[in-house]
Amino acid sequence: MSVIIQIKNVSKSYWRNSLEIPVLHDLTLNVKEGEFLALMGPSGSGKTTLLNLIAGIDRPSKGELNVAGTDIAKLNESGLAKWRSASVGFVFQFYNLIPVLTAFENVELPLLLTKLSKSERRKHVENVLSIVGLGDRIHHYPKQLSGGQEQRVAIARAIVTDPVILVADEPTGDLDKTSAQEILTLMERLNKEFKKTIVMVTHDPHAAEKATRLLHLEKGDLV
Amino acid sequence: MAVPFKYVLKSFKTRKLTTTITVTGIALVVFVFAAVLMMAYGVQKTLVATGAPDNVMVTRKASNGEISSIIDGDTRNVIRTLPFIAKDSNGKQIISEEPVVVINLEIKKGGMSNVTVRGVSQEVTLLRPQIKIKEGRMFNPSLRELIVGEAISKKFLGAQIGSKVKFAGDYWSIVGIFESNGSGFDSELWGDSDQLLNAFNRGSSVSTLTFKLDNIDNFEKCKRAFETDRRLVQFEPKIEQKFFEEQSEFLATFIRVLGIFITVIFSIGAIIGAMITMYSAVANRTVEIGTMRSLGFSRRSILIAFLTEALFISLIGAVVGLFFASFLQFFTVSTLNFSSFAELSFSFALSPSIVISSFIFAVVMGFVGGFLPSVRAARLNIVSALRGG
Repeated sequence: MSVIIQIKNVSKSYWRNSLEIPVLHDLTLNVKEGEFLALMGPSGSGKTTLLNLIAGIDRPSKGELNVAGTDIAKLNESGLAKWRSASVGFVFQFYNLIPVLTAFENVELPLLLTKLSKSERRKHVENVLSIVGLGDRIHHYPKQLSGGQEQRVAIARAIVTDPVILVADEPTGDLDKTSAQEILTLMERLNKEFKKTIVMVTHDPHAAEKATRLLHLEKGDLV
Repeated sequence: MAVPFKYVLKSFKTRKLTTTITVTGIALVVFVFAAVLMMAYGVQKTLVATGAPDNVMVTRKASNGEISSIIDGDTRNVIRTLPFIAKDSNGKQIISEEPVVVINLEIKKGGMSNVTVRGVSQEVTLLRPQIKIKEGRMFNPSLRELIVGEAISKKFLGAQIGSKVKFAGDYWSIVGIFESNGSGFDSELWGDSDQLLNAFNRGSSVSTLTFKLDNIDNFEKCKRAFETDRRLVQFEPKIEQKFFEEQSEFLATFIRVLGIFITVIFSIGAIIGAMITMYSAVANRTVEIGTMRSLGFSRRSILIAFLTEALFISLIGAVVGLFFASFLQFFTVSTLNFSSFAELSFSFALSPSIVISSFIFAVVMGFVGGFLPSVRAARLNIVSALRGG
């Protein structure tokens, strides 16, 4: 299988009041297409920063970052936004659904950035919502859904554009055990059945078990 | 691709209280703004309606108004020889030679105010057919009788049928009340021209002379006749409607300038209100902004979404403000017209241009108030926005 994420000598530092805070040090990592990678590590180890870099919502201070055939470190702001809309699906710990939009409208949101017609969008949205098992909840607002259901809507939103990679930041962090299990099963299915490459940050060893590969980060280094 | 309007619309509904307060602030400013323009337009409309487009009013050159104009008897006779004056069915010229004076009357609510007394010729009803006797009868030209405009009879003491008004050393009986389709004549008292000249010892010198043109296209010829005849060069013919329109300019401009100055000061408050609302909208929705940016929406589309929201608030404010301002059309007020030094009664009047101006004013308030918060929303760093700021 080909390498879909290529990280070469990447470093990332943040600046706070002229004080440099290094987060990732000279990190090199390859992720193959179809892999389900779990990133674990203590708080502040740089897991989320690494995930943000892969997802193109943050930029490395140094190094090369090639994701899905694009050197994303070299893209400008709008190029990066376009790239994200086509290549990455996000799953957040707190679902990040837009509260004023229904499940259908939330899932439709990324499709508004494509050239699909209204009826095509409807077809896609209904399809992914049935994949995540929420075909009967399409007109519900987030507040009318349980945490697990909200996260399933978020996953539907993440996969509706058929992105190359899925990034998930603690997707089960805010869920009870049963809901967490459902989400992990769904992610496992997306990986196995739909061949999605997944990079997931988690604190939960049980969640990490579902991954095909597990990496530990500590103080900005892979261990 | 822009952020869906549905999102803008629905988000706008979530903060009902702050949005309502902001809409109210903008609506109040739009109300005052529209009211001022409606007032100025009301003055203009009233005075424009006073004149007819085919009547020619002759005044002394450089006179600012009817009061400061004077036309002596000889000139009156010369003007009567002009060929452009329309005639009635009996072959009589349709012309009114009018002495105009200002007297003071007691206001019902207390105090005194100036009112215009106009002496008119017999043919005035043909010259100004909009004049209708509403109550009582027309004055008798051989008696010291007056008819009063509707607005005067409502506002002043002793200006009703059966009352007597004292001026020029004599008592004048009020015998009728007339209406003139909301024109400036509603704020006048009318009597016979010769009776007034006699009472004020003005000999044969009237203030103005107004005649109906036989053909509206002959005005240019008429004007040339005044420019070329040495006996008439000191006098100026004007289309009556234009004359009264010019009379309204000073008062209308004064109202407009003062009103707009005050409204602009008010609008600063409304802009700050809109700004606070939009800043709080951005602060409350930081995570949503971060999410949308991470989904691939550009900075520009976020900027447009928030600006649209601010503009939407201001447009609702404009609609509310204009809705309430439109009721002002049912109110009639009066004030001193600086050009005639006399009372002028008028109604607030709404026009399409006032509606458009009010909308533009509201949109400017929304844009100025919403711009900085929208820029802030668009410039948020995605990673920190996702963390909630």
